Amino acid sequence: MLYATELMGSAAYDGQDNFVGRVREFFIEPAEQPNRVSHFLISRGRFQPLVARYDQVSKVAPGRIDLNVSERALDAYQPNESWLAVRKDLLDQQIIDTEGRKVVRVNDVDLAEHRTNGNIELRIAQVDVGLPGAMRRLFQGLAPSKLMRSLQTKLPQRAILWEFVNLIEPDPLRRVKLRITHEKLEDLHPADLAEMMEQLSAAERQGIIASLDEETAAAVLAELDERLTTQIVEKLDPEKAADIIEEMAPDAAADLLADLPKETSEEVLDEMPNQEAKEVRELLAYDPSTAGGMMNTEFVYVSEQSTREEVLEWMRNQELNLEQLDTIVVLDKDARYCGTVPVARMLLAAPEQRMSEMKTEPLVSVTPDASEKDVFELFDKYNLRMLTVIDDLHHPIGTVTVDDVVSRLVNA
Amino acid sequence: MPLNFSSINNVIDGLRARTFEFFSRGKAWRRRIALFLAVVGPGIITSNVDNDAGGIATYTQAGSAYGYTLLWSLVPMTIALYVTEEMCARMGVITGKGLSDLIREEFGFRPTFFVMITGFLVDLFNVVAEFAGVAASMELFGISRYFAVPVAAVLVWFLVLKGTYRQVEIIFLILCVFYSSYLFSALLSKPDWILAARMTVVPTIHLDVSYLLILTALVGTTIAPWQFFYLQASFVEKKVGQRQYPQARLDVLVGSISCMIIVFFIIVCTAATLHRAGMTNITDAVDAAKALIPLAGKWAGFTFAFGLLNASLFAATILPLSTAHVICEGMGFEAGIDHKFREAPAFYWLYTILILVGAGIVLIPHVPLWKIFIYSQVGNGVWLPIVVIFILLLVNRKDLMGEHTNTFTFNVLAWTIAIAMIILALALSVQGIIQAIHPPVS
Repeated sequence: MLYATELMGSAAYDGQDNFVGRVREFFIEPAEQPNRVSHFLISRGRFQPLVARYDQVSKVAPGRIDLNVSERALDAYQPNESWLAVRKDLLDQQIIDTEGRKVVRVNDVDLAEHRTNGNIELRIAQVDVGLPGAMRRLFQGLAPSKLMRSLQTKLPQRAILWEFVNLIEPDPLRRVKLRITHEKLEDLHPADLAEMMEQLSAAERQGIIASLDEETAAAVLAELDERLTTQIVEKLDPEKAADIIEEMAPDAAADLLADLPKETSEEVLDEMPNQEAKEVRELLAYDPSTAGGMMNTEFVYVSEQSTREEVLEWMRNQELNLEQLDTIVVLDKDARYCGTVPVARMLLAAPEQRMSEMKTEPLVSVTPDASEKDVFELFDKYNLRMLTVIDDLHHPIGTVTVDDVVSRLVNA
Repeated sequence: MPLNFSSINNVIDGLRARTFEFFSRGKAWRRRIALFLAVVGPGIITSNVDNDAGGIATYTQAGSAYGYTLLWSLVPMTIALYVTEEMCARMGVITGKGLSDLIREEFGFRPTFFVMITGFLVDLFNVVAEFAGVAASMELFGISRYFAVPVAAVLVWFLVLKGTYRQVEIIFLILCVFYSSYLFSALLSKPDWILAARMTVVPTIHLDVSYLLILTALVGTTIAPWQFFYLQASFVEKKVGQRQYPQARLDVLVGSISCMIIVFFIIVCTAATLHRAGMTNITDAVDAAKALIPLAGKWAGFTFAFGLLNASLFAATILPLSTAHVICEGMGFEAGIDHKFREAPAFYWLYTILILVGAGIVLIPHVPLWKIFIYSQVGNGVWLPIVVIFILLLVNRKDLMGEHTNTFTFNVLAWTIAIAMIILALALSVQGIIQAIHPPVS
């Protein structure tokens, strides 16, 4: 294994054993191959720096790099946005460890040698985020390599394989050029991703949200600290913001929009489809500290006359958020609220049993202007999982679920 | 919920939220105050912690030796404090990164390591000074340091690691209120307010060496390098966005001014009593408190000593925690109390060592505590120029700050202050070294 720190500053010699200059940077061209060091930057003091391509390198050792061509065959260095620079873009920067689900800082880059038709290729094997890398950075050039190599085996290792490294690049153009995708991040749990994003800078957070698919972005925004959510949404263009917010539950969307300046939230709402925008607008009219401000307008309601089998059949054909579904609202023939049925009870009921026979006692509900505190007390008193919010005519207009209550209590 | 770096701020948030609720119900002027309260905290906390044991000793010395004549320096000091802190606040808000993060990313591993290791040593001396403040003030109340210091250390350690949100909230509230005890000491000492006011606006400069040294020490103890790290990290932690930047700036301004008001009261109090009675050789806050009792009554002395105890405890709570946090962040170790010991060993060890060694040194019999005060000043003096130069380089980087780099005028002001501070700080450390080699006869 070779280390980027050890190789930085190595003397480069050409095919005729003439000194060319010192290696100051390694580049990777992710568009060509994601882990190969494709170019070596060789600086020559006051002369223009040169670059050696990977197939012009015949031998690599700490302190000395041999080329298989003469100095004249090397190109002059031109900055290239699509090259990833090891020293500038990786060392000391933060990356996301997608396996360990953590934001970490790179101390060193570990390179593996690959021998291919007479030349040596360097490939990034892993990034060092532990003590050995830190020690090399600190003592490189001050202590002999051999001593460091023998010392580092005694230190605890902490490295992340290159395939689990997710780079963070705020500039969208450069992100495309460097082929940085956030597919790996989309597989993480939104809550984990949100927690990691809180450790990044504003520009980096913006970059990640912009490149996630809308569904994931919506899930992450819902988990993120609300102060950050507002900052992010404010900086998105209204169309993109609308696309993301559409994916959120109406109550979460309303909470988010309520924190934005009036003009911004209007712009976003204008970009949303009419039906969704209308729901969110209705929710926005309620004071956030009341049942109306807490409730979600998307809930499942059925007639009390329907049987278990009919309800199940109907539910199979709906797009429901099953993870959140544990109680069903039941209506009488005038569409008035007349009870709730826990899904668990339906599970054990006979197919032809009617919903009216499975209702939970007693009948609990609130009006949208009930205070937050009253809602908490009802949940506590009746051990509720869901509370129905009704209007003056006893029609259900939304539900408050136990996770709304928990998140309010935690943030109180 | 255990207390950690961010929950220190959460505590402030909690206190603030209640005030916020009160103000947001009212008319337009009340709502404006509410807007400000939404970001208030870091600037005020930082500046208050700044008036720690070492600081109070210096202010006491200044007041007793030169009476009201040093009061004018508070105005330029407030400006200097504001200008330097504002840059850090701005960097925190715009980049969303702490100062140690930025130094690491822009200047590499070795400079960061150097800044962190110096910071650790300097802060260690500062922590010792805080516990020395606890020891000295408790002894005035007749409580032995061998009892008071271990109890304070255990209290601080537990409060931070195991305290619940509510306990910490109450304790912080009490500590904040107790800063006003200096107001009472000042009132009880019946100063000449008109003279004090005049001396604050009209500069008087003496050109003798010890006057200049005291002036230097005032600046050196008021602007401590660790506070920049703490301040910037707090704004990042509070997730203050660009839109709320004007309020954040106001917070820094209010903090700088409130810090100087406390200094004002301490100097006025000692000037009106000790200086007038001809006791110009007081070098230590507890001696001052003792001397105050016959001059201005028991309560003047007690409030004075109590202020010292309060300031020392407050700083001893925040300093070790923020130091451990900042070092781990810069070096890339896991940090924060929400991690278990096994997950973040570096963080817990640093934190524990700072408190253990800090309190331990004070308990060594016959340890010359005044030397430790001097060392902590020298340390601050050496560390300050490095940190300030890093700040100025970073804040002017277009790629980091975009359009929020310093304006030309602001840069002229900031560099002037920086150079003046650097000269003063270096002079102070040289003076400290000389004093350490040739101790004064006492």
